[in-house]
Amino acid sequence: MRTGYDLELVHLTKRYGDTVAVRDLNYVFSAGSYVCLLGPSGCGKSSTLRMIAGHESVSDGSIVLDGQDVSYLPPAKRGTAMMFQSYALFPHLTVRDNVGFSLRMKGVDKPTRDAKANELLELVDMGEYADRLPAQLSGGQQQRVALARALITEPKVLLLDEPLSALDPFLRVRMRSELKRLQRELGITFIHVTHGQDEALALADQMVVMNNAVIEQAGPAREVFNAPRTEFVARFMGGHNVISFNGAKVALRADEVRLGATGLAATVAGVEYQGAHVALTAMTEAGEEVLALVPEAKFFNSPKNPGDAVNLAWDEGRLHRLQA
Amino acid sequence: MPRSLIAWLQVTPLSLILMGFLVAPIIMIVIVSFWGATEFSIYPAFQFDNYEFLFGSPVTYKVFLATFKYALITWAFTLVIGFTVAYFLAFHIRSQPIQIALFLLCTIPFWTSNIIRMISWIPFLGRNGIANQTLISWGVIDAPLDWLLYSDFSVILAFVHLYTLFMVVPIFNTMMRIDKSLLEAARDGGASGFQTLRHVIIPLTKPGIMIGTIFVVTLVMGDFITVRFMSGSQKANVGRLISNDIALLQYPSAAATAVVLLCTVLIVIAILMRFVNIRKEL
Repeated sequence: MRTGYDLELVHLTKRYGDTVAVRDLNYVFSAGSYVCLLGPSGCGKSSTLRMIAGHESVSDGSIVLDGQDVSYLPPAKRGTAMMFQSYALFPHLTVRDNVGFSLRMKGVDKPTRDAKANELLELVDMGEYADRLPAQLSGGQQQRVALARALITEPKVLLLDEPLSALDPFLRVRMRSELKRLQRELGITFIHVTHGQDEALALADQMVVMNNAVIEQAGPAREVFNAPRTEFVARFMGGHNVISFNGAKVALRADEVRLGATGLAATVAGVEYQGAHVALTAMTEAGEEVLALVPEAKFFNSPKNPGDAVNLAWDEGRLHRLQA
Repeated sequence: MPRSLIAWLQVTPLSLILMGFLVAPIIMIVIVSFWGATEFSIYPAFQFDNYEFLFGSPVTYKVFLATFKYALITWAFTLVIGFTVAYFLAFHIRSQPIQIALFLLCTIPFWTSNIIRMISWIPFLGRNGIANQTLISWGVIDAPLDWLLYSDFSVILAFVHLYTLFMVVPIFNTMMRIDKSLLEAARDGGASGFQTLRHVIIPLTKPGIMIGTIFVVTLVMGDFITVRFMSGSQKANVGRLISNDIALLQYPSAAATAVVLLCTVLIVIAILMRFVNIRKEL
């Protein structure tokens, strides 16, 4: 269903000289959804985001937001706001002045913009730090300030460029639930660029997997994970085995692989204890590597060591044919 | 060896050099500034005659005022030109090799001596020089302009020419450290180019501006040769006051003037430092 505030990419292309960074992208981001642009570095996801933001010129095609072609508008006129990877807080301004920056540029008087900035800082739980300088804040706090600064423009779409990559793993998990909460509360579209599939799975309503300047697969997170369309997506999402079966490539989830009495004969190549699971890597006779995630209690009932012969089994119905 | 001894040994070479070549000469100058002098001799003493004469003479105030005037005008021009050049190099040149090449181009003139660079203005600016002849042939003026050479104009022109690089280098250095994503963040927040300049670039470039300012102000205030050559000995600044005293072998008087000049420059720098913290730049 199409509603207002939809963001649409139409034949969007970015070229740098002879290299194509983004090739003919067509996609509709439905309003109010949390979208993750996922892909390895150099796949064009950041260029796409920066084109939507207006920090990168569009070589071809257009960007339509809320029914209006914004491809050639300056960033601040598009109804988007960007949160930068390094947060890009102004080091010489206090937290409050950072958040109120865009209002100051518009010529809003100081009491009004301070009040608005305080309000946004409360939203991200940073009210008590309003008078500090960015250098006096931790990474996670800086990120909240950057978020407040982006949101003060009341954007229809918030663009986040690898927002969690500078944080330590513990904080990353906390911040991502916070991002999700904010997005639900505000009801605006978040477009979040990341190269971490776990991050994307945890956050995304819609997931767009990119590779080599094109979209490999897009859809709801569960759909992408459970039904990868291509070998690339299956491998990039992780947790999948890609094996040849009856002359075609199929994907098989690693947690669907059982160690049985019968099945595909293989030799254990490696065993890794991961807490809830044991990750067992086995080499089939065809020379394909298969990963099996075995529940740890089950594994330790009959432990295996590298070099042991095992039989790998799975339900036929769980094999998923890949298109490419 | 105990750690403290090693630390002392490590600071010894620099301390010795600073003591021998900076502190000792200044102490010497301060001591000599209290000595006495007659037409044909100088004698050790501790008297305030030199300072009394210096502060009692209206010439001193005029000359100090002229020195400040040169410093201020030169500062204003070098700042505007230096900032513009540094801004162009840092933000408009995208490719690093070209950036380095242009930066070197700025420094190449500095491989020739100051004096040669300043006297090369003389044939250009003179009564029958290239500037006047060109202007006459274009019909802009009927008679040669007299104020082009041997005037405050030529002095300041030479100062600006000589010292702009001292503004360019520190400002460029500071600008290169500005995270480019800050400029995008400003643009994202709706700032126009001018607003980005005023609210982001200039505040973040202040330390570089301040270092350049200190360079230019101290160089101009301590200069005497530029003023002498470019004004045809018609203008004076404190440096020339000192050099004249020395030429007349009036060392105590020269030393007293030097002490006053040194204090003035130090006060100026102290005031400048109160505005901007340059420590994080060093």
